[in-house]
Amino acid sequence: MRVALHEDADRAMVTESRLDLTATDTQMRLLIIEDDRESADYLVKAFREVGYVADLASDGEEGLALADSGDYDVLVIDRMLPKRDGLSLIGSLREKGNRTPALILSALGQVDDRIKGLRAGGDDYLPKPYSFAELLARVEVLSRRHGGPAEETTYRVGDLELDRLSHRVARGKDELTLQPREFRLLEYLMKHAGQVVTRTMLLENVWDYHFDPQTNVIDVHISRLRSKIDKGFERPLLHTIRGAGYMIRDGIR
Amino acid sequence: MTAFGKLIRTTAFRLTLVYLFLFALFAASLLGYFAWNTRRLITEQITSTVNAETGEISDIFARRGLRGLVFTIENRALRPGANLYLVTTPSGQAVAGNVGSLAPGVMGTSGWSETAYRRLDEQDTADHRALVRVTELSSGFRLLIGSDLEERRRLFGIIAKAAQWSLLIVIVLGLGGGTFVARRVLRRIDAMTGTTQRIMAGDLSGRLPVGRSGDELDRLAENLNAMLERIEALMMGLKEVSDNIAHDLKTPLTRLRNRAEEALAKSGSEAEYRSALERTIEESDGLIRTFNALLMIARAESGQARGNMDDFDAADVANGIHELYEPLAEDDGMVLHVKTTPTPLHGNRELISQALANLVENAIKYGKPVPAPQPLGADAVASPASREILIEARRDGDQVLLSVTDHGPGIPEADRKHAVERFVRLEASRTQPGSGLGLSLASAVATLHGGDLRLADAHPGLSATLAIPARMGASDRLAAQMPNVPQKVA
Repeated sequence: MRVALHEDADRAMVTESRLDLTATDTQMRLLIIEDDRESADYLVKAFREVGYVADLASDGEEGLALADSGDYDVLVIDRMLPKRDGLSLIGSLREKGNRTPALILSALGQVDDRIKGLRAGGDDYLPKPYSFAELLARVEVLSRRHGGPAEETTYRVGDLELDRLSHRVARGKDELTLQPREFRLLEYLMKHAGQVVTRTMLLENVWDYHFDPQTNVIDVHISRLRSKIDKGFERPLLHTIRGAGYMIRDGIR
Repeated sequence: MTAFGKLIRTTAFRLTLVYLFLFALFAASLLGYFAWNTRRLITEQITSTVNAETGEISDIFARRGLRGLVFTIENRALRPGANLYLVTTPSGQAVAGNVGSLAPGVMGTSGWSETAYRRLDEQDTADHRALVRVTELSSGFRLLIGSDLEERRRLFGIIAKAAQWSLLIVIVLGLGGGTFVARRVLRRIDAMTGTTQRIMAGDLSGRLPVGRSGDELDRLAENLNAMLERIEALMMGLKEVSDNIAHDLKTPLTRLRNRAEEALAKSGSEAEYRSALERTIEESDGLIRTFNALLMIARAESGQARGNMDDFDAADVANGIHELYEPLAEDDGMVLHVKTTPTPLHGNRELISQALANLVENAIKYGKPVPAPQPLGADAVASPASREILIEARRDGDQVLLSVTDHGPGIPEADRKHAVERFVRLEASRTQPGSGLGLSLASAVATLHGGDLRLADAHPGLSATLAIPARMGASDRLAAQMPNVPQKVA
């Protein structure tokens, strides 16, 4: 199931969406605080390739100084850093009233470590080793959230419409009947329309589980949702992004 | 450190010294009090007799004059054990009495005084002491009446001797006892130290000697032994994990490497490279998953995850997992049911969810009915009921039971214990993907919560149950808040 139904189209989509980002968005500024030279260089390069302005700090003190002075959209912070560890860095930023979204990278992938990270003021947490696709997806969601528009009550993607108050979902003139969980799944996807949402993000945000299922549970839920919102319509909205996750968007903008 | 130095430094010995001092102090003050009171009593007795006699004799002198006085004194002085008497003329000459000599000046001052004296009839030159009262009679005559203090002194001597002896006995017994106790304790501590040193040197199977008396040292030894037991188990677990990591992670790593090598060696098209890389990533993802599961198990087993416990309803967990896996099961041709009653539980919700998820994944993977050869021309296709998987959350006595029951081939009784071990994948399941860690994790989670994972026969099929003790108190509070919802069957 993990192999996408719309595989070829989707591969094109990834590149397309990334190109989009460079073209349409004002450039996102990203600060990476990571002491391992190789991973840091890789991250900087990879983020620059997808259109970010990425700066690098290689220890906690430098990271804090940069984060404090620079105007960044997202911080990517390694949990264990020389001079000052990631959590205390976030802590002092928050104390100073700096609310820049921070994503914590950690080799300690356990649940309570994650909770500790979020409690310290982190906005998201990603255990190492991670895939760049996962990191990118999360960073994008974070950068949107920061300073983005207030939560709307109605989400629209193409002719698909979701009313968060009345729990109504319609595509064109057709009213769709969704199970509560399908509704929440679609709601999350539409909230992040145009952004890649990974399976783990879905499991975390829609189901609130933080473990790694050995099977493709999420794919099955997605394919059910897809059969409800895309089946019988000429233009698919829910796309599988190979090697990354899913994205809901109107094919033509 | 010398043996003596060691002995002196023991707590038992130091305590002995403290007690010794306290007891000696107590004995001394007791004797002192006794002595002082005795002295006071004797002195009082002397004063009252002397006072009475002085009154009496003064009376006689007043009534009968000097002659009566002398007569009475002489008479009394001759009695055995008589008091001391002396009458002097105004010029200081002795007229009657039994006193030979006195300390100078005693006769001159009226009132009470303590003095050395000698009796008239005494030959020895040793001085005695007496408490005397001198009274001036009319016309310049002076009368002395006193009592010997020998008795008081003797009594005092006895008490002093008692004090010395008792002090000596206290010290000897105390030191002896202290040494005995300290050496006994020291011997046992030395035995313990020896064992712990052996253990530290690497022999984890060593245990501390436990005596039969059940005293505090035995209890300590027992506790330390229990701790050693746990450490040994953990070490064994660690060793097992590292062995298993070596074995089961190296295999996929080798596969990964081979694949990369093969792709590199072949001059393939871009698409071929791409697919080789994709497979590599897939394989490494699988490795990461296995690794995470291993770490999770290790954490659960070492009890580190105990920090994140809270109160929740096991029924919610069961319903949540049902909701998550129901579509997957359906895709796989299985039917997932859930049956719950409100079951408050205190624990790590995330871990329990994951454990249950593992059981459900197992049931979906391995719980498919066997197309058993059925005689008598019965349906070759298994009945629909046998494609059902049931998730259940309920309370049984003090325990919360979270079970997953399938109607597949099950696990033969002989294999069940084995199945829970890490990486064990029973023969039938080798063809299926999976790390072989699902049941181990579930079992570790159950153990973390003080319960266990039970595998039972579902006739046919497997019933895997997480049996977790419901913490009383906290969970009962929760139960009180929950309305009595009727059973919900999905």
